[in-house]
Amino acid sequence: MGFLDINNVTKSYGSVEVLHKVNIAVEEGEFLVLVGPSGCGKSTLLNMIAGLEDITSGEIRIKDARMNGVHPSNRNIAMVFQSYALYPNMTVGQNITFGLEMHGVPKAEREKAMADVAKLLQIEQLLDRKPGQLSGGQRQRVAMGRALVRNPDVFLFDEPLSNLDAKLRVDMRTEIKKLHQNLGTTIVYVTHDQIEAMTLSTRIAVMNGGYVQQLGTPKEIYDTPSNLFVATFMGSPSMNLIRTTIRIEGVAVYAVTQNDRGEEVRLALCAPLDAIKSYDGKDVILGIRPEALTDVEGADHRSSHIESIRNTVTVTEPAGSDTFVATTIGGAECVARMRADAEVLPGQQAEFAFNMEKAVVFDPESENRIL
Amino acid sequence: MSTAAEADFKTRLQNWIPKLVLSPSLAMVLIFVYGFILFTVYVSFTDSRILPFVDKDGQRTFDLIGLANYEKLFKLSHWEIALTNMAVFAGLYIVVCTLIGLTLAILLDQKIRGEGFLRPLYLYPMALSFIVTGTAWKWFLDPGIGLENIVQAWGWENFEFDWIKNRDFAIYTVVLAAVWQTSGFVMAMFLAGLRGIDNEILKAAQMDGASNWNLYRRIIIPQLRPAFLSAFVILAHLAIKTFDLVIAMTGGGPGRATELPATFMYSYTFSRNQMGIGASSAVIMLITIAAIMIPYLYAELKEKK
Amino acid sequence: MAVASSDTAIRTGRFTRTLIYVVLLLFVLFYILPLYIMIVNSVKPLSEITGGGMMSLPSAFTIEPWAKAWSTAQVGVEPTGLRPYFWNSISMVVPAVAISTVLGALNGYILTKWRFRGDTILFGLMLFSCFIPFQIVLIPMAAILGVLGLSGTTAGLVLVHVVYGVGFSTLYFRNYYAAFPTELVRAAQIDGAGFFQIFWRILLPSSGPIIVVCVIWQFTNIWNDFLFGASFASGNGAPMTVALNNLVQSSTGVKEYNVHFAGAILAAMPTLLVYIVAGRYFVRGLMAGSVKG
Repeated sequence: MGFLDINNVTKSYGSVEVLHKVNIAVEEGEFLVLVGPSGCGKSTLLNMIAGLEDITSGEIRIKDARMNGVHPSNRNIAMVFQSYALYPNMTVGQNITFGLEMHGVPKAEREKAMADVAKLLQIEQLLDRKPGQLSGGQRQRVAMGRALVRNPDVFLFDEPLSNLDAKLRVDMRTEIKKLHQNLGTTIVYVTHDQIEAMTLSTRIAVMNGGYVQQLGTPKEIYDTPSNLFVATFMGSPSMNLIRTTIRIEGVAVYAVTQNDRGEEVRLALCAPLDAIKSYDGKDVILGIRPEALTDVEGADHRSSHIESIRNTVTVTEPAGSDTFVATTIGGAECVARMRADAEVLPGQQAEFAFNMEKAVVFDPESENRIL
Repeated sequence: MSTAAEADFKTRLQNWIPKLVLSPSLAMVLIFVYGFILFTVYVSFTDSRILPFVDKDGQRTFDLIGLANYEKLFKLSHWEIALTNMAVFAGLYIVVCTLIGLTLAILLDQKIRGEGFLRPLYLYPMALSFIVTGTAWKWFLDPGIGLENIVQAWGWENFEFDWIKNRDFAIYTVVLAAVWQTSGFVMAMFLAGLRGIDNEILKAAQMDGASNWNLYRRIIIPQLRPAFLSAFVILAHLAIKTFDLVIAMTGGGPGRATELPATFMYSYTFSRNQMGIGASSAVIMLITIAAIMIPYLYAELKEKK
Repeated sequence: MAVASSDTAIRTGRFTRTLIYVVLLLFVLFYILPLYIMIVNSVKPLSEITGGGMMSLPSAFTIEPWAKAWSTAQVGVEPTGLRPYFWNSISMVVPAVAISTVLGALNGYILTKWRFRGDTILFGLMLFSCFIPFQIVLIPMAAILGVLGLSGTTAGLVLVHVVYGVGFSTLYFRNYYAAFPTELVRAAQIDGAGFFQIFWRILLPSSGPIIVVCVIWQFTNIWNDFLFGASFASGNGAPMTVALNNLVQSSTGVKEYNVHFAGAILAAMPTLLVYIVAGRYFVRGLMAGSVKG
């Protein structure tokens, strides 16, 4: 039992089920990010936690109290909306204290709470302005202030950064993270941006098609994605997926594919034999992140297992800190992340080093991870 | 919002208040609009002549006679005239309003200096009552004191313009006044449509070498289809409802030369004590309007979703 | 309509432009003509009109026709002028506009922010009621008003106008509130505000423009109505339009055209004033009346 429990929660509109038996237990002080493409059900789930949409079946508990059917204002939650949802006719100060006013908190107390929050968020000089006079970042702060002032059990964030420009988004991301570290509040945060999910969360739930695909720490999600969807959704550029055939020779396990000259190449997998034995001779999908596919000099020297392939460079994309290099392996376009000064030119041959410790293997039928 | 069974009091209350608040309006509309429509349909199947439906002794004053009223209605030359007039009136009214509205809109869209001054002058008739409009045009077109008299006083002794008193032409004077009243509104609808067209498309077409004429004919006017549709629907429904204007201008005359279904219904119901027939003519009017409005409203509502 | 033209891509030559201005000005004459005739002839003696001088400015200026139209002209059977009927219209329009606007605002709020199954159908039913030919309800309405004892009264007309006006006011507010961010309502719900608090504190303060649009539209429509007035209140309770028509159509005595024109202007004055003061909103209302928001 956690601080916020989502037990077998299902949501249907008419006969269409959009969320299927979701189970998540959030501990106190955790920062849970719900991430997925649009339409995956993440916002619906958040709205159900908030009480803005009813729960078709299952239950949601906060501090062990059942929340089904409880009015949003009685759940002791606060929400920051994508559009910030600041009341346009009220000043910043009135926006922040509106919830307290509705809950019958005396004026003096409201003023005090407002002053504290304004100080925390450094928006004291904005209190008498109307939302229309604020910049995007300021509105964002006010929206957070309105949530903070209630001192809720759970904070809900619905894509709060998606309306900001790129630079401000990064700054606000850091601020939200700081706020979480300083206040130790419990947060459920919805986003479609996998970088936000990785940087902010203590745990991530990757959602797709109304299912939670994987629930885990950012590292678990990134390094050991449980299926092809999670593997491709998380990380940018996304994980390279190469169709290979498993070949077992003695105790050695190889993933066999072709380079772009049609020659067979064998990549030794560092896998316990038992786990893969049944796949001998079968096709699997080898997944390797771009940073685990580099130039030889750039390869991780601590890795016990580097394999290299000589192959033709198709495109190079210098990105300043790194150079992304594209090549074709096993018929699939692969992107390698090389050092900025790696000397590679399109059309020329280059050595591509695979850090096989980081490689993962998926079953092409079920799309689930085998290794 | 939440399943009622387990919702707390506040949630349940919040679920009921909206429906409660909506219900008076809904009841009003259901009774006074749809209930009344059914009632009128019922009356159209009876031989009712006047109100009330029940006499002092509690006896009803009518019998059900099925479709007899409709049969009678379509045999009445009076009704036939009203329908013919309607066809002439509606056809001309819609076409002329659309033409004037579109022309004015296109001309106004040429970066006209003083557009803000001109537009209100085209539109103000919409703010007037048809009775006022009718009064003004009635006397202006009156041969005794109006146009004919004026032109004769200017020296053209032989000038004649007696359309409003002429059985063959009176209906056109009603068209004139109706066009005067609503063409500015149609202009506004087309202007809004023109302003909604993406300028980049026009620029692209000009790069392709389209002349102004072709630009309008091939690019702009085809894109105004929604505005044409709205204008048609609004004008058609206004035409069918036209009543006050005729009453004020000609009273349906001379003779029956400007009688329309709306005035027909009114006179049969309230002055000729033929309520059953009046009701059946109202039903015909409703069916005509419904045939135009319902598909339009349906499409509009579906689009909005 | 309200949006100003961004630079139009179309270019026209000088000759064409002159022609455009000429056509536009000719149309101005067409639209102005009846108003001009009403005004100039309302301030000249009858003899000038009958003598073929309808188009000319008054040579002997008089406000006699106005005074007569307002207070002594024969309307129907009594020489009361239009004054009592003007007040009839005022006392009918004010409550009818107020009630239909309030109901429309609440309906629009519910139909957009408290949606429920079947709400679109309900709205469709309300919307269609704006467009029916009112002949279809005249007979039962006359009967009901008789039963309620409201025949010929202002209260009866108020009821009628509220009933048949609520569809349009609902349409206005629904379209307006549809564009009002639902997240604000959700935020207020989380903040603990109830149905009426959300309406009063969050939506209403932002509803100024649409209230103006709705009030103007209802005012214009109800003031200008003739059919209901003539059907249900033809005697002393008649509204201004009916009285004007009675004045103009009265067949007794000499036709006093100048008095008729003065009366017509009196009947047109309130709506014209509204148009002059708030024409922008009037046009917005008209456009929304063609359903497309």
